[in-house]
Amino acid sequence: MLENFNFRVIWEYMPLYGQCFFATLWLSALSLIGAVLVGILACSMRLSQSRLLSWPAGIYIESIRSTPLLAQLYFFYFGLPSLGIMLPEWVTGVFALTLNSGAYYAEIIRSGIQAIHFGQIEAGISSGLSYFQRMRYIVLPQAFGMTVRPMLGQAIVLVKDSSLLSLISIMELTRAGQLLTSERFMPAEGFLTTAAFYLVIYYLLKAFSNWSEKRLIFKEAF
Amino acid sequence: MWSFYFHELMRSLPFFMKGVWMTVAVAGLSLIAGTIIGFICGIMRAGRNKILRAVIGVWVDIVRGTPFLVQIFIIFFILPGIGIELDAFSAAVIALSNLSASFICEIVAGGILSVPKGQREAATASGLSQYHQLRFIVLPQAMRTVLPPLVGQYVLSIKDSSVVSAIGVVDITRVGWFTVQRIPEGIMVFGLVGLLYFAICYPLINLSGYLERRMTVMTIRL
Repeated sequence: MLENFNFRVIWEYMPLYGQCFFATLWLSALSLIGAVLVGILACSMRLSQSRLLSWPAGIYIESIRSTPLLAQLYFFYFGLPSLGIMLPEWVTGVFALTLNSGAYYAEIIRSGIQAIHFGQIEAGISSGLSYFQRMRYIVLPQAFGMTVRPMLGQAIVLVKDSSLLSLISIMELTRAGQLLTSERFMPAEGFLTTAAFYLVIYYLLKAFSNWSEKRLIFKEAF
Repeated sequence: MWSFYFHELMRSLPFFMKGVWMTVAVAGLSLIAGTIIGFICGIMRAGRNKILRAVIGVWVDIVRGTPFLVQIFIIFFILPGIGIELDAFSAAVIALSNLSASFICEIVAGGILSVPKGQREAATASGLSQYHQLRFIVLPQAMRTVLPPLVGQYVLSIKDSSVVSAIGVVDITRVGWFTVQRIPEGIMVFGLVGLLYFAICYPLINLSGYLERRMTVMTIRL
């Protein structure tokens, strides 16, 4: 099979792959933006003094982290219609991806904030900085530096996870491979091309992550 | 209608238990194989042989850079094409072992490299052989760094095992997918699916957190 690897068919399907490549990109980008926002919200709720806020956030984070994304995806895909909510597949998909990665982002941000030495916050208090000033000038800049790399790591995971959207029949890269398998019965050509496209995204994000480690991460002050 | 569906769902519980058993079998076998292969590769990756290090590095990048779903499809559809016949179960175990091994390899290599160089030099000076250095000096100390993320990786692998349902392995997710065709209450059916995964993963997540706290305390004591 591999000796008669058919490049002509791949070429023929290239427009489809291009389309699907961009579909994967924008589905991931949309979910990524949503996930970071959800993560910030869930993290600040979790760290809040009020139990009324921290408990729901805790339950959300723990339940997302201990169940697989595919089960969550099916939960919304089959569950929302049974509640009478009809959404296009891609909205359900982006929604599930956002909620899933949001929980991981919340944990990443939390570990970044909690890694700040308590002495620094005390120093901020004794210098007369208010809570928001402490957050803005002391905690968040350092926490950001520490979380850039894990955040980009989670972005890579998010792009890979978007492949599961093909299982609820959204057109993206993995779906293109499935189409090539079902229309032409050429799984080798289909899925190896798909894998190559994902590798392009992976190496780009990885290079960005390595670059950011050199340029963006502030040296720890203590 | 809801109570009727609930009753129906309760009647299909034995089916779900079979799914749990299948998930545990796939994940368990893959984790055993993945841990063994991962440790061997991790030791080689932290070793001196540059060619081996580079080869393992490329393998890890390819496995990390492509979605697990695509890897499963490649193994399930393409290996038969080059003369290796596989049923869905073995394809699933091979794919998940490969995935776990690549992640465990990086964890182990990181752990070994975190052991201070002086330890190895002292061992060489005391006349310990390569094997004895690894067995009695480096690995026991590396285990402290390795153990918490290793358990974390076990949780990730168990969750990733849900994706093997895409090639027809009847695990918890697949059982849910079958059941929802018969009982059109997505929230209820996949709520149960999520609960079953939660029961498996949540104790492991807590174990990982506990190990992390314990290992940190030990480092400070030293």
